[in-house]
Amino acid sequence: MSVADGQPTTQTHPKAALPFVANDERAHWHDKALWFVRHKRDVAVHAVPEWEQLREAASQIKAHTMAHLADYLEQFEANAKQRGVHVHWAADAAEHNEAVLRILQRHGAKKVVKSKSMLTEECHLNPFLERHGIEVIDTDLGERIVQMRHETPSHIVLPAIHIKKEEVGQLFHEQLGTDEGADDAKYLTEAARQHLQQKFHDADVGITGVNFAIAATGGFVVCTNEGNADLGTSLPPVHIACMGIEKLIPRASDLGVFLRMLARSATGQPITAYSTHYHGPKAGGELHIVLVDNGRSDVLGQEKFRRSLNCIRCGACMNTCPVYRRSGGHSYSYTVPGPIGSVLAPSRGMKEHYSLPYASSLCGSCTDVCPVKIDLHHQLLAWRGEIARQKVLPWSKRTSMKLGGWLFRSPALFRLAGWSGRLALRLLPRWAIYHRFNVWGRQRDLPPAPKQSFRALYREHQQRRRSDGE
Amino acid sequence: MGFTIDRDYNAQVEETSSRRSFANFSPVCIPWAPMPQVGLFIPCYVDQLYPEVGMATVRLLERFGCQVEFPAAQTCCGQPMANTGCNDDAAPLARRFLNIFSPYEYVVCPSGSCTSMVRNHYHDLLPDESGLKALEQKTFELCEFLVDVLNVESIAGRFPHRVGLHQSCHGLRELRLGSSSELVVEPFGKPRQLLAGLEGIELVDLARTDECCGFGGTFAVSEEAVSCMMGNDRVHDHESHGAEVMTGVDMSCLMHLDGLIKRQKKPMRVMHIAEILSESEVRP
Repeated sequence: MSVADGQPTTQTHPKAALPFVANDERAHWHDKALWFVRHKRDVAVHAVPEWEQLREAASQIKAHTMAHLADYLEQFEANAKQRGVHVHWAADAAEHNEAVLRILQRHGAKKVVKSKSMLTEECHLNPFLERHGIEVIDTDLGERIVQMRHETPSHIVLPAIHIKKEEVGQLFHEQLGTDEGADDAKYLTEAARQHLQQKFHDADVGITGVNFAIAATGGFVVCTNEGNADLGTSLPPVHIACMGIEKLIPRASDLGVFLRMLARSATGQPITAYSTHYHGPKAGGELHIVLVDNGRSDVLGQEKFRRSLNCIRCGACMNTCPVYRRSGGHSYSYTVPGPIGSVLAPSRGMKEHYSLPYASSLCGSCTDVCPVKIDLHHQLLAWRGEIARQKVLPWSKRTSMKLGGWLFRSPALFRLAGWSGRLALRLLPRWAIYHRFNVWGRQRDLPPAPKQSFRALYREHQQRRRSDGE
Repeated sequence: MGFTIDRDYNAQVEETSSRRSFANFSPVCIPWAPMPQVGLFIPCYVDQLYPEVGMATVRLLERFGCQVEFPAAQTCCGQPMANTGCNDDAAPLARRFLNIFSPYEYVVCPSGSCTSMVRNHYHDLLPDESGLKALEQKTFELCEFLVDVLNVESIAGRFPHRVGLHQSCHGLRELRLGSSSELVVEPFGKPRQLLAGLEGIELVDLARTDECCGFGGTFAVSEEAVSCMMGNDRVHDHESHGAEVMTGVDMSCLMHLDGLIKRQKKPMRVMHIAEILSESEVRP
């Protein structure tokens, strides 16, 4: 995805996927890397016999929270304030970015370290702050790599999954001065660690995302594997936590359900290496929480798509999606790729993202893998219904479906079309069948064209039976 | 008209698996039991392109004592339109289907995907239609009809070949013909169970037991590049595990895979599961 000034391009998924798929070796490398993560997830969840009950519990907790979201948000705000936290509300991305900027300006902050947050990606916070002369350093290793390459994450949990370690070696050689040709993961990680340590020391403010916020306590939890959020919130005096309003859960005890599922679903680990609980500012420090709507209330208002707000951003639907694995995260041209991204994107712009709900074979693997039971493939189908109903679907597709609908309403017409189609397939020379307009036939032979249809064979079968009976 | 997905997907699944016991009789063993009256639902593309799959289904059902009738007014269940989102074009076809098939005791179809269209998606197209519930409850994919309704445990026959079972997604995850690899449930599989009962058959293990083949209806054309890559990967999985024959419950997936196999002149054969199960006695 090329992001110019925070605005994604509007290429359709099949077009954007073409260059990725064209590199067969690389696409298969990507597919295998993510399948390996899916496999690790399978091993991890099969070790939890009550996995399906956990999924059900998580789904119900989220459904309950979404049904009472306004109340829980107010409860959270009151409890957080009581703990000395500054709470800010942002209706959209612009308000969120302004709120963060105001805090930074009040502290005269010039340097910011940020741990992984898909919300700040969604709001395009980095380019906004950079325009205001503030240095923002992503401190998650994968995110730092894509930042150094001036790219966006291609996966919400594994942001640099599309990049090979040799390419990281070259990047680090150019920007961090590592040895040319060095691609040892340990060596490169150590170089990144040295580079980031300096950034942590120099930072005026640390920004984090939020994985779970607890209404009853006003506390929140940030999960990382690298401890970068912990360094980023321990060293600088000011901590800004940015969270989408759907991250809320009612009670601290509900955390037990979600923390058991998040890392298992995401990477196959029993739990993330760091699950840090924040309950108010540290001594002498300041803690801000920015609660962001940015379209979430609209989704909440749409019964068909409400369940997409259950998402805990584990990325399991991406790892399992056969289309995502072979087309890469950037082919979705949206902050969140894969099945959940294809459900979320159209609500942010149906015209721009109309092709995403069609970037799925509707195999349903995402629905079965989802730890919070979002019926992803049914939501993709429901979006297709909306896209066709609002005539956003290209005219050619709508017309061909209308013609199909008419054809199938008449058995005589259907028989005639079938008969003439089969006849043409048998009689026409190969060049007249396989040409550039026959998309099916580019890589595939067409099915056989039998002389008789089933209904003709069946009639003969019936006649034979009748004469046998007589 | 908009699509309304108001029913819990997993509740549907539970419903599907809990309503199995209403027809616990075995017409083969009990001579005085009534013959099940089956309205045969043949997918449009099977009717036109794979007539032998339809005939194999007829033979199989008749062999198990069913009185089979193919209502000739049927055309297409409307899935291509509905899956494109064109629900206004699909709804009249759903209504036609309901009228045509309502009179039958059972509706049986040699396709998981088309069966799921009727059972899991018609209620979105015809939300207030009386009689739809009854249709949903009596519509079955062929293998589940054999296993759940006719209580067939295994089928006598020989098929001495190495066979790869492609688990078509809608049969697997929408009808629950088997356990999908994502869920933590006891493993089961109705098509596999029927195949495994054949003498001499060797079902090959695959690296990815239930990954999608990439057919996906119009997806096969609109996302041609990804679709074919997915298909080639499935073919390769079966091939590298020594499958001579690739089979499944959906001819649409197999049509896509066979198209790739034929183009690349690979030796693997593709057969619908009904062809293997019905022919196994006569043609080993």
